[in-house]
Amino acid sequence: MRKAEIITAFILGLFSLGMMWKSGEGSAWNPDVSRFDNIGFIDGEGPGSGFWPFWLSVIMFICCLWIAYNWYKRTSPPSQSDEPFLDSHGIKLLLVVGGGLIGFLLSIFVIGFYGAIFCFLIYYIRFLGKHRWTTALLISSGIPVFSFFFFDIAMRIILPKGYLEPLFIPLYDIFL
Amino acid sequence: MDILASLFNGILIALEPINLGLAVIGVIVGLFVGAMPGLGSVNGVAILLPFTFVIQGFTGGATSPMIFLASIYYGAMYGGAISSITLGIPGASTAVATVFDGRPLALSGRAHVALVTAAIASFIGGTISTILFTGFAPLLASVALSFGNPEIFSLMLLAFATFVGLGGDDIPKTIFSICIGLALATVGFDIITGEPRLIFFEITGFMHGIRFLVVAIGVYGIGEMLWTINSTRSGPQMSKVDVSFKGIFQAIKDFRFAWKGTLIGSTLGFFVGILPAAGATPGALMSYGVAKLTSKNPEEYGKGSIDGVAAPESANNSASTGAMLPMMTLGIPGSPTTAVLLAGMVIWGLQPGPLLFTNQPEFVWPLIGSFYISNIVAVLLNLSFIPVFLWMLRMPFTILAPVIFVLSLVGTYAAYLDMFDVGLMVLVGLAAFVLRMLDYPLAPAVLAIVLGPIAEPKLRQSLLLSDGDFSIFFTRPIAGPITVVALILIFLPFLKWISKHYRRKV
Repeated sequence: MRKAEIITAFILGLFSLGMMWKSGEGSAWNPDVSRFDNIGFIDGEGPGSGFWPFWLSVIMFICCLWIAYNWYKRTSPPSQSDEPFLDSHGIKLLLVVGGGLIGFLLSIFVIGFYGAIFCFLIYYIRFLGKHRWTTALLISSGIPVFSFFFFDIAMRIILPKGYLEPLFIPLYDIFL
Repeated sequence: MDILASLFNGILIALEPINLGLAVIGVIVGLFVGAMPGLGSVNGVAILLPFTFVIQGFTGGATSPMIFLASIYYGAMYGGAISSITLGIPGASTAVATVFDGRPLALSGRAHVALVTAAIASFIGGTISTILFTGFAPLLASVALSFGNPEIFSLMLLAFATFVGLGGDDIPKTIFSICIGLALATVGFDIITGEPRLIFFEITGFMHGIRFLVVAIGVYGIGEMLWTINSTRSGPQMSKVDVSFKGIFQAIKDFRFAWKGTLIGSTLGFFVGILPAAGATPGALMSYGVAKLTSKNPEEYGKGSIDGVAAPESANNSASTGAMLPMMTLGIPGSPTTAVLLAGMVIWGLQPGPLLFTNQPEFVWPLIGSFYISNIVAVLLNLSFIPVFLWMLRMPFTILAPVIFVLSLVGTYAAYLDMFDVGLMVLVGLAAFVLRMLDYPLAPAVLAIVLGPIAEPKLRQSLLLSDGDFSIFFTRPIAGPITVVALILIFLPFLKWISKHYRRKV
């Protein structure tokens, strides 16, 4: 936990510096404006476009230094903890659930929302949850079917279908 | 008289079949999310916000979607007690104090007494706070009508300062959380100069800004769920509940021992709920403490006192209505759930703030009317369906969690029809999980991303008015005291730190 605390503070500190740098960017259509010209007060215009995000990023960076100081002094609970940030159960969880979520997201581009929902629910309920096949199949097919009729048919919110699009054309012919 | 006539009219609209139906569905959803450990009102409201566009499309106004979400909020406050009492695990943080006496009552075979006490106390808390809300809201809104840009910015500063001074979390992490929320709200085109800002890696998806729902669903639909799955590793034991008619009737009769706790919770909860960063959880804990302190039998607390169940349960319901007061009248949410409600109002085309009462009475009064109706619906449903909720609590998390993940992804897409937002939401969720593990408070970030687009223009317009002079926030009669109180709250932890070091040296 202690190591994770300082690594996270370091990454967030870098992110804050990046935000400061990015906030100082002038508009592309005005070549006369150089970087960081927009973070102060502009006569007749008030604070520039970078004023608010730049100074917020400065405060964020100072907070990261403060977190690092607390880590050094061991004053915050995570900096005092000798426990691992994620134990073997946590790592497994992040890999199987977090990985499953990313797999769900990526598969939407290939097999669309409905196909991806079916596969993700089977993966989670049957293989991670170890429920019976009947339970897994019932929920995994019930939710996409309900979603299709709710979104595509009733609400006309068309969800992406990827390569499974041709399978839905007969359904549109029937219900729309 | 005007208020009573408007309220009567509002109640009639809230009783229209569509609104009453939505209130019933909302309360059922709320009771469920409140009862499920790991889910709270904010998860329910955030995940279901995209679906309210459907309701708005169907009814054509913002009143029905708001009644639906507000009912979820109410229902969740009732539902939290169910798992606190029967499982010994608070369904939501707002029901933590209910465990103290609710669980001992359940372990001694009186779970039905605790459940009925919680339901009736919640009803009384919700009703008293709604009456207070009806009286205070139009008054506060009329005062707030005179507020200019500096006053509104000062109020927002005060909202954030309360998180720093009273939040109780790690100070640098809280400030970081507020600032990152405010900074992420600036992504996209600057509404004053029209210049693009913070377009990371020149990805065009950032041009439209980071949408509130993407962050809210990411944090509460994905991040919190991962955290809950990681932190709950073994199934808890459920207590047996006597759900016979005789048992319930006897429990209703026993409520006479819970009057004092209920009244303390109902009044204290409302005023604590108004404070930003306070809300229902500290309101419930404080009420429990005060009820114990003023009790003739304080030694009974923690061992199964009925008053010890009534005080926090009436307080969390009362505080949830209290948190609506600054959200509706000033446009400043008092809790993450009201932040989501506020964002919903903006998305539905309303402008939260004092003008809401004068410009949109057809929205405000039915909503207030629905508070009364939702309370009655919630107590009736809660008492009638205790066995159903007990059955639902047995639903394994390995079924509930993937369904929530699916709802989160589908909901985000349905709201904006943009796969970039869905990807960003998952990324935000994974980042929120890591930050949650390291004790970064995420509620301030969620509040900040809602208030950011309002706070920045107010600050810049104020500075334009004063020609860049920050003293405008100190010299105006209303903004001045608010800014000073905000700064005191911000520097309070520093002063405490200095005095602690000084004392150590001495």
